Amino acid sequence: MSTITTIKDKAQQLGAATQDALQPVRAAALAAFDQLGVPAVKHEEWKYTRISQLFNQPYQLGVDHSNADAAWQAFRLPEYETANELVFINGVYNAAASTVRSAGLVVLPLEEAAKGEYAQIVSKHLGHSGKYLKDGINALNASFLVGAVFIGVNRSTEIEHPVYIYNITDGRAGNVFAQPRTLVHVAANAGVVLVETYGSIGVADHFTNQVMEVVVEQDARVEYYKVQNDSNRSSLVSTTHFRQVGKSYVHAVTISLNGAMVRNNLNMVMEAEHCDSNMFGLYFTSDSCHVDNHTIVDNAKPHCLSNEYYKGILDGSSTGVFNGKIFVQQDAQKINAFQSNKNILLSDNANVYTKPQLEIFADDVKCSHGCTVGRLDEEGLFYLRSRGVTEASAKSLLLHAFAVDILDQIRHDALRFYVDQLISERLGA
Amino acid sequence: MLQIKDLHAGIEGKEILKGINLTIRPGEVHAIMGPNGSGKSTLASVLAGREDYEVTGGSVEFLGKDLLELAPEARAGEGLFLAFQYPVEIPGLSTINFMKTAVNEVRKYRGQEALDAAEFLKLMKEKMSLVNIDKNLLTRSLNEGFSGGEKKRNEVFQMAMLEPKLAILDETDSGLDIDAIRIAAAGVNAIRSKENATLVITHYQRLLDYIVPDFVHVLYNGRIVKSGGKELALELEETGYSFLKNEMNIA
Ligand SMILES: Nc1ncnc2c1ncn2[C@@H]1O[C@H](COP(=O)(O)OP(=O)(O)O)[C@@H](O)[C@H]1O
Repeated sequence: MSTITTIKDKAQQLGAATQDALQPVRAAALAAFDQLGVPAVKHEEWKYTRISQLFNQPYQLGVDHSNADAAWQAFRLPEYETANELVFINGVYNAAASTVRSAGLVVLPLEEAAKGEYAQIVSKHLGHSGKYLKDGINALNASFLVGAVFIGVNRSTEIEHPVYIYNITDGRAGNVFAQPRTLVHVAANAGVVLVETYGSIGVADHFTNQVMEVVVEQDARVEYYKVQNDSNRSSLVSTTHFRQVGKSYVHAVTISLNGAMVRNNLNMVMEAEHCDSNMFGLYFTSDSCHVDNHTIVDNAKPHCLSNEYYKGILDGSSTGVFNGKIFVQQDAQKINAFQSNKNILLSDNANVYTKPQLEIFADDVKCSHGCTVGRLDEEGLFYLRSRGVTEASAKSLLLHAFAVDILDQIRHDALRFYVDQLISERLGA
Repeated sequence: MLQIKDLHAGIEGKEILKGINLTIRPGEVHAIMGPNGSGKSTLASVLAGREDYEVTGGSVEFLGKDLLELAPEARAGEGLFLAFQYPVEIPGLSTINFMKTAVNEVRKYRGQEALDAAEFLKLMKEKMSLVNIDKNLLTRSLNEGFSGGEKKRNEVFQMAMLEPKLAILDETDSGLDIDAIRIAAAGVNAIRSKENATLVITHYQRLLDYIVPDFVHVLYNGRIVKSGGKELALELEETGYSFLKNEMNIA
């Protein structure tokens, strides 16, 4: 039986076994997946990222990891002692391993949230990303919805400590396919820092297909950091879909340092006036690592500001993809949208495909975009070397200098030091 | 200290230096003057080890070593410093962080121990006051958005930090007003000593009012066609370079 058939069967069984409030979402998603299938490279959005190849092998599905051992702790982020920690093992939220410390932060199994106080929020927002990403891989995630989580930030609460979300795959018993799912609701005038990271345990092939939906209400503030430095046998489709439903502020930074095949979908849907959203990214790839960042900024209302800046350093035979869509709908007058993507190729075998895609239906807007692909600056290299810096150190100084304006966007100090350290280690500095 | 013998060098098959001979001893200040296009910057680049240039003949000995065999960073380690005509802008790298790496790598090359943070700070403060540069400038991205004068002062600061034995100043005066020239020259003079030598490359005489040379050489069409004392610079200032063509024609 093919892997896809096995996965579908599993989803079907799951649906039959769990008659909870999420079942309609699952059923609709499974039907969509049935119809759409796994996106092939002929799908415009998946042109460079051959996701279908990840379905050519069997995976374990539905293994119980509720009694996970401490192995996941190797991936803890700095200052975890004071942070909120949410742990997903093979896509399933593990409450025993997780810690929720901050007052005003609510973490519930999604099916529970779907029937209690948050029922309306869940039914209104869950699955909204499917409208933007009409592809099978997004539908596939929603067709499972097991061990998914609802994260709520209460009104007018500033969550003091970051929320660390660990997406762990445990492959000690074989290849893993994991599908973590989260719905985040940041209520009016609340603030939160979300940090996601990924880690693989054991020697196997790991494939995570993750979806997070974040709803940001009036005057709320969200900082969102994604740090990807997983193993060479770990692939990831990570979709984060923001809806700014009130005038609000989002600041997102995506750092991709390793993984087999990594695809990030980051969407900002600005559904209210005066929204402000920032998207920064740094990908630093080597060997045969493949990192694809697809972003969407959708301006539905006037007076919004979006600022997008991604940088890439590509070594070895690695591949980088950047696709930045900016939609400006007819009503969205007087918006500002900036986009920039800069790349440095360190090797002849590395490739980068970068594409801005602007669709503007309003007339009074300011949009700008630009992309560059270049080599390390020879003039700069000689300048540094002429001052006694070895060629290797000079390269590392120049690359660090290239990356630093993205790193500086990580406002959480401990996390910035941590990422900076990872990069410095890679640079051999 | 530096012995250049019959140096030939060029770029992309075009010969630019056509047999340079020059000897510099410790404590001396030499000036190389000459009209635009005569090969002054090429000489500076070849000495510092810029890879675009190809040496096709001759030799350069620096403190007993074959300079041309050394990588640019090794030349700096041996004590050569080139102040660039156009210092490179590097967004994201501050002069301080750059110098931390440079000073310690040069020290390593010279078999000295690395400076710790406190020692580095002390050295930096000392050199900052020596060349009269503001700390603000040093915490900013290297040369990015600096005025011409600030760039040159930053070059002189780096020179002071690295304590070279031979400093080559490539058109340090270009694009500077007289105040900026005076400040840059004061910095250079502050770090001169009996053990060190300086090679000033310039099109104009005015820098030499502030960095007074012991020897002046005129470079023309890839060769040193005339050498003399500091009065030669003044002479050139009066007569310009036009005499060269006549003299060359006679010779
Ligand atoms: N990168 C280069 N490619 C081709 N020709 C060059 C290059 N650099 C210098 N030259 C040529 O070599 C000659 C000497 O240049 P340069 O050393 O800059 O002279 P100067 O510094 O005395 O003005 C000039 O004719 C110049 O055009």
